[in-house]
Amino acid sequence: MPFSAKRLFFTFILGLTGLTNAYAGDRILATGGVTQIEGSAGGGLVPWGVLHGTTSDNGLGITAAASRAGIDDYTLDVKGVALNLYNRLEISFARQHLALDTLGGKLEQDIIGAKARLFGDVLYHPWGQWSLGVQHKRLDDFSLPRAVGARDDSGTDIYLAGSKLFFDAVAGRNLLLNTTLRSTQANQGGLLGFGGDLNDSRELVVEGSLGIFVTPRWLAGFEYRQKPDQLSFAEEEEWKDVFVAFVPNKHLSLTAAWIDLGSIAGLDDQQGGYLSLQVAY
Amino acid sequence: MTTMIWRRLTAPLLLAICTLTAHASDDETSSWTYNALGEKAGIAAIVEDLLVNIANDERIVVRFADADISRLQRMLNEQFCMLSGGPCVYTGDSMRESHRGKNYTQAEFNSLVENLIHAFEANDVPLAAQNRLLGKLAPMNADIVAQ
Repeated sequence: MPFSAKRLFFTFILGLTGLTNAYAGDRILATGGVTQIEGSAGGGLVPWGVLHGTTSDNGLGITAAASRAGIDDYTLDVKGVALNLYNRLEISFARQHLALDTLGGKLEQDIIGAKARLFGDVLYHPWGQWSLGVQHKRLDDFSLPRAVGARDDSGTDIYLAGSKLFFDAVAGRNLLLNTTLRSTQANQGGLLGFGGDLNDSRELVVEGSLGIFVTPRWLAGFEYRQKPDQLSFAEEEEWKDVFVAFVPNKHLSLTAAWIDLGSIAGLDDQQGGYLSLQVAY
Repeated sequence: MTTMIWRRLTAPLLLAICTLTAHASDDETSSWTYNALGEKAGIAAIVEDLLVNIANDERIVVRFADADISRLQRMLNEQFCMLSGGPCVYTGDSMRESHRGKNYTQAEFNSLVENLIHAFEANDVPLAAQNRLLGKLAPMNADIVAQ
């Protein structure tokens, strides 16, 4: 962990001691998910139908998160902040930094996201909660993605996500089911640009996750994310993870996962650990 | 390695989905939840703690200022007893009738749920019984919020 990340972490932890009595949103614990790698409320890899934090129809909420994925030949760092307005609209900003540990160099992009709750509630509505989101992504430096066949240095993903909690579903535990349909042109989430020599139109991909609240504070599950494959230089595969999230209170969550990102830029079988810390007001 | 991990996940996943689909209707006849809540005495203790939690909750206590608390207490006991499969009949008004015109917010409803969860925890109610009762109460949200 570089010094800056370590300092960030300890600042968070120090801040927490003063947070227990601070303003907390009026939604039930853990109903905002955590921060996924593009900054939206979700799991680790997949945006969910829920909105960040625990704010309800009576207020605003702010979340901040720092995440790291260390896989075989790459290291991804993500920092994100998000605002939730009355549990109706989520605005998020995330910065991704991918270190190409084996190939050398780095790829970076900014992601501005918005997600609107269309209808429902993850706990109370028979159909769960459905939201429509966008993630606008822009790469810092297009030279490497261009060299491997990408068409554009920016792109916008549009997704529809639904989340529903089933009470008392498995061994008396509550089960959280998420389904996401995304329209995208992004290669490896956008870090390898948008569009490609094999395909330059939008593709519809399916993503999903299933988690069990082992206790109200511990959620364990897995995620799946389908991806386009539109660059001839290297195959792109789906992403998967198995995660455990610990949510001790409304201000803090810690997520650990084992992720499998498949083949990335010709380097196969990219697996490794993922850690994410989120604070919320 | 990868395929092994995912192969290992498939069985529990399928099991989870089967449990999920097979479950729904088995507790109408059983009183397992009622027993787990501690029957009449246990439910009475939970309801009492719930009312104390509400009284101490500045977010919603004002909403109960004009309520007939002893009637509310009786109705909650009947309702929880009946919903959990106990030998009771709920004699109160429907949720829609009893909350009409109050225009409760979602935040207020959530605060009530939180107070109930805290009452469960204070009475060491098994998680499965908590979840089962919460699952019965959750759909009432539509009849209570913004009416």
